[in-house]
Amino acid sequence: MTTIVLLAVTGLGLAALYFLAASGLTLVFGLADVLNLAHGLLVSVGAYTAWVTATSLGGSHPSTRDIAIAVVAGTAAGALAATVVEVTMIRPLYQRTFEQILITVGLSLAGVALLQIVWGTQPLTFPKPAWTATVSTIAGMAVPNHSLILIAAAATVLIGLTLFLRHTRIGLIVRAGVQDREMVIALGVNVRTAFTVVFAIGGAAAALGGALGGIYFGAIDPSQGAALLIFAIGVVIIGGKGSITGTAVAATVVGLLQQFVNYYAAAGAGDLCVIALLAAVVLVRPQGLAGGKTA
Amino acid sequence: MTGSLLQVRGLSVRAGSLQLLHGISFDVAGHGTTVILGRDGAGKTTTLRAILGQLRSSGSVCFAGQEVANMPTHALVRMGIGYVPEDRRVFPDLTVAENLRLAERDRPDYDRVYTLFPDLAQRGKQRAGTLSGGQQQMVSLARALLNDNRLLVIDEPTKGLSPAVVTTVTAALAAVARTVPVLLVEQNLQVVSELAHGAVVVNAGRLAWTGNTRALLHDAQLTRTLLGVAARRP
Ligand SMILES: Nc1ncnc2c1ncn2[C@@H]1O[C@H](COP(=O)(O)OP(=O)(O)O)[C@@H](O)[C@H]1O
Ligand SMILES: [Mg+2]
Repeated sequence: MTTIVLLAVTGLGLAALYFLAASGLTLVFGLADVLNLAHGLLVSVGAYTAWVTATSLGGSHPSTRDIAIAVVAGTAAGALAATVVEVTMIRPLYQRTFEQILITVGLSLAGVALLQIVWGTQPLTFPKPAWTATVSTIAGMAVPNHSLILIAAAATVLIGLTLFLRHTRIGLIVRAGVQDREMVIALGVNVRTAFTVVFAIGGAAAALGGALGGIYFGAIDPSQGAALLIFAIGVVIIGGKGSITGTAVAATVVGLLQQFVNYYAAAGAGDLCVIALLAAVVLVRPQGLAGGKTA
Repeated sequence: MTGSLLQVRGLSVRAGSLQLLHGISFDVAGHGTTVILGRDGAGKTTTLRAILGQLRSSGSVCFAGQEVANMPTHALVRMGIGYVPEDRRVFPDLTVAENLRLAERDRPDYDRVYTLFPDLAQRGKQRAGTLSGGQQQMVSLARALLNDNRLLVIDEPTKGLSPAVVTTVTAALAAVARTVPVLLVEQNLQVVSELAHGAVVVNAGRLAWTGNTRALLHDAQLTRTLLGVAARRP
């Protein structure tokens, strides 16, 4: 029983990370038909900005306040980087899918190389307050705090994004644009503004995932973002592009599946199961679980 | 006589190696309704989409004295061209109210819309995808009519609708056309004869005829040649 709860909580922690990485990706993909393959780099921007901030504020033993500032700084850096990428590289190439793939893959590779040059190829130990490495007792069961942090952050982002999509004008433009972008434009709406905002929000969420991922894994390395991107893309496809709810559900399924199968079957089998699930969804329900509904 | 509001000159559209429009020229009057007629696949929708910048074109499109060919669609709409596309294109997962809210430009006039289509006032919370075809057409028209337009561009508003709804839509368009010039694509000749003054006939991507709607519909021979149908006597 304790094992199951522990696996469920760590699985949900992983799911939270996937959700944070995938939420921006799915909105950008659904609204603008842009598959941003540099999205993983935004995860790294968050992770390294948080690492630098936490280290300079508190050395190897930052306080909770230091780490909170570091996470906020990482998130803000992700939003900023995403905006710069959108305005300078994606915007001139809307509708040109092939060039977009080239430039975002190129950017991703260049980014990883830059991280390696500055911080080396080896993982960096992520400085964090002691309590994040301990457990909390919930209903008599011990659950790791680093998972709880991720779950709380992802839940907050899920609620925030849902409110944003339902109650703001840009959210309305995004929901409509996922269904029929040409018609949104034909109503006199300049969707490019919405693209930029969605990119920035997605970058912030991914970078938040990167920063909290540092706490979760205890270390960061230059290729982490790209590795996470693979699963994030899987989550987007399973959830249905453009759908935040679908992404949340898909992230949960993928995180739990991976964790349980890796534990009970064999390490690595969980990843295979995720690929199998992805293949099944693509074959049986190519529009994804949510099939076009945004929020 | 008011001068023309929109002048289309030598409008051509290609899709890959295919030439969809071969240099079409016509004028849209500054008042009343101008109709584009033609058989299925003649190039009517393509003409409208090119005027609105949804398709790249060559040639000239002059709106209110300004060259607007290939301008971004949203900018053209913001200049005061309301567009109601073929097949209604409502956002099925948004409510009626959200469909309308998205269409709001500077000073949305909900009274005008709800006076024309009282049904919509009650259905604000209903998902547009669950509406009947006629109700969806009303939403689609309402999205354009919510705003003050200098020109309305409307593509086959009665397509696939029941006769009762056709009557409602036609009456609404007749009311609207008293204050805003309309460029209309419409296949229902009864509706055309009720609404339109000027007529433009396209055939296989070329201008086939232009003139007065009444003259066209009264000439059974001409109607048959151009449209392949017998004109219904107005
Ligand atoms: N994007 C496109 N690519 C290729 N052919 C097209 C495209 N859009 C329309 N067509 C073709 O152009 C012709 C005119 O289409 P359209 O303007 O929609 O006709 P209609 O007069 O019925 O509105 C049709 O033969 C149609 O199949
Ligand atoms: Mg058509």
